[in-house]
Amino acid sequence: MSQIVLQMNNIMKIYPNGVVAVEDVTFELEKGEIHALLGENGAGKSTLMKVLFGIESPENGEIILEGTKVDIKSPLEAIKKGIGMVHQHFMLVPSLTVAENIVLGVEPKKNSLFTDEEKAIELSKEIAEKYNFEIDVREKVEELPVGLKQKVEILKALYRGADILILDEPTAVLTPQETKELFIQLKKLKEKGHTIIFISHKLDEIKEICDRATIMRNGKGMGTYQVKDISTAEMSKLMVGRDVVMEFDKKPVQLKETVMRVRDLCVTGTTGIRRIDGLSFDLKAGEILGIAGVEGNGQGHLVEVLTGLSDKYQGEISIFGKNAKEYSIRELRDSGMAHIPEDRMTLGCAKDMNILDNMFTNQYHKPEFSGRVLLKNKKLEEKAKELIKEYLVKCKSYKQNVGMLSGGNIQKVVVAREFSTDPKIIIANQPTRGIDVGAASFIRQRIIEFRDAGCAIILISADLNEVLELSDRLAVIYKGKFSGVFSNVKNIEEVELGKYMLGIKRDDNLEGIIYEQ
Amino acid sequence: MIVDAILSPEFLNAALRATTPILFAALASAIAAKSGVINMALEGILLFTALFGVIFSSAFQSAWLGLLVTMVMGGLIGFLLAFFVLRLKTDAILAAIAINLIADGATILILLAVSGDRGISSSINSIIIPRITLPIIENIPFIGAVLSNQNILTYVSLIMVVLVHIFLYKTPLGLQIRAVGENKDAAESVGISSDKIRYISLTISGVLASMGGFFLSGGYMTRFTTGMSAGRGFIALAASAMGGNTPIGSFLVSLLFGGAQAISNILQLGTLPHELVQMLPYATTLIGLGLYSYSKMKKRQRLTGK
Repeated sequence: MSQIVLQMNNIMKIYPNGVVAVEDVTFELEKGEIHALLGENGAGKSTLMKVLFGIESPENGEIILEGTKVDIKSPLEAIKKGIGMVHQHFMLVPSLTVAENIVLGVEPKKNSLFTDEEKAIELSKEIAEKYNFEIDVREKVEELPVGLKQKVEILKALYRGADILILDEPTAVLTPQETKELFIQLKKLKEKGHTIIFISHKLDEIKEICDRATIMRNGKGMGTYQVKDISTAEMSKLMVGRDVVMEFDKKPVQLKETVMRVRDLCVTGTTGIRRIDGLSFDLKAGEILGIAGVEGNGQGHLVEVLTGLSDKYQGEISIFGKNAKEYSIRELRDSGMAHIPEDRMTLGCAKDMNILDNMFTNQYHKPEFSGRVLLKNKKLEEKAKELIKEYLVKCKSYKQNVGMLSGGNIQKVVVAREFSTDPKIIIANQPTRGIDVGAASFIRQRIIEFRDAGCAIILISADLNEVLELSDRLAVIYKGKFSGVFSNVKNIEEVELGKYMLGIKRDDNLEGIIYEQ
Repeated sequence: MIVDAILSPEFLNAALRATTPILFAALASAIAAKSGVINMALEGILLFTALFGVIFSSAFQSAWLGLLVTMVMGGLIGFLLAFFVLRLKTDAILAAIAINLIADGATILILLAVSGDRGISSSINSIIIPRITLPIIENIPFIGAVLSNQNILTYVSLIMVVLVHIFLYKTPLGLQIRAVGENKDAAESVGISSDKIRYISLTISGVLASMGGFFLSGGYMTRFTTGMSAGRGFIALAASAMGGNTPIGSFLVSLLFGGAQAISNILQLGTLPHELVQMLPYATTLIGLGLYSYSKMKKRQRLTGK
């Protein structure tokens, strides 16, 4: 049992924008085990696996497969070496049949010219039967439910002879029944001698089917453990624990008027799953409402509807006493909403435009900066210089393209823009993710200043440091619902918080999340 | 009166003839689109190859040899478009517009250089592909009059519908083309080179279109005249899009547009102002596309409304 099939030693991966995604991680796989790779989103799990699968090349480190050092440059090489990966986003062609998807790229031929459809179906059936997958290989993939699509992905890997199977958060898209079924399949695969890497942040699932677990946090390895010897509490502590404690000067909270009122908010995702499931809360001027949670529990959808980016929701959102659906995004922003988006590169900035252009995308239309026809360029330049100075953006000049800056400085540009409009509500989604400590603490300090000045802030973060330090009230979101609410943030035990974040614990009584009925 | 005319075998015979160049180009568009690239250069390819057809058939004094070389040239232009798009990373639409604009000017220049004329290739003794009568079929009433006595290339275009269908749906390469067009990442994740597939698709697309181009000046007409593609490349794009980029669908919609072209040809002999009549094929395309988009929108609404 304890034959080692794979070793990844001292793997280091730094992305071109300077983010250290994986730092000196060592990972070891025994033949025939189901090995969990555990960590929060952004902890570096996926990156580590992309290195193994040849999608990313590491800056440092070695991969030893079956005792020989290998250099995997592309997914194709990985496949040839017996490594298969089931991506979180399926790599399937919807209009083709299951069989066609399985044989794609290695189609059996007839008369050396035509695709041998019968053979393809036969081979696909064979492999499906061998592993007890119940699936009609003649059906088109687009007509299959998600659970079956995933099976097609697994079969695809097996058809290509995968001994090591990487599953990237396989249960994220599945219903509980489908998950149960998947686990049965995985156990069968294990019996047949396949080795499985199971990427997840769901502790109960890992307890259920994994033999060992390697835990990652912030790109670093936190050790490998026998799953039966470690408690979920210990795992969650290793996974989300606090690194450094930072203290900020915070004046006592001074609540003012209610600026946002949300009742029974529901959002249904494109796959028909409820992403937000009956959220209610109030937000008053002068406070920071922290929303903690492992990523992917509805935070993104919540931000989308609160900021007006989407109006596909049920329930009620009122902002400054007016129904949110009555606002256009510009009206919402002009009335004082600022939004620091989760992903600065897609929603936060236009990377091929310069700093100045990026700093005024939300207010170039205001009389302060624009005449009837032409922009007031002098004004814009003055203001840009001012903001660069104030927010300590490291750059050559305001003419530099934003894409050339480091992650932290890009974030500062985004924050400078959002904060320069004198906002009354700030929705900050992961405002300090992936940026250096200095920039992060600068941004946090700013958030507190705004709160003290009477601004209402929603802070969404997977970073426990951040939410614990900044929040006046803290709600934990799990699967689209609040699993717990804390009015006294100072007294929260982080292990306790971890339990709420991972859904191990949940309160039905959410006292303090709404102020008045 | 018009209805009578439309249902006459003579008209349907003419409609099939008018469909031929559109059909070749629509099949060309379908293959390119299936691989995920819109081949908007079809118009330019039609025009170029219409001229090349005249030149090469005259040079070899053989219509078939001329056709063969023209097909190679069409393939080359398709390959060139692929090179711009895949290697040099030009926008596919911009590269195509460039090819179309060059075609406008270059064909006149080449024509002038070869024949000394800038409007029509009368002085070039080009050879055209002949019409043939189909034994047995020609004796069937009505159907014989419609199908028989067509240009050989018209029959080839109909056979091409079947061949392209088999190619796309029954061969490994066809499967890979469809996979690349639909989900490039999925295809690449199993080791298919999407660039290679697209080079192949666009080259084949160029070859198919060149057969339509050759037909224009060496069958449909007997001479090359400047600008003679007259928007057929764009009509073909619409035809293949409305036909769901399948060969059969492209064929059916091409028939509709070919029919409109034939009606316009007949009506020009009548009393209506000919500018109005000439608009017919284009107006049909516009209305057709409008109806198609509308039905798609309705379908989408039904799906999302659920």
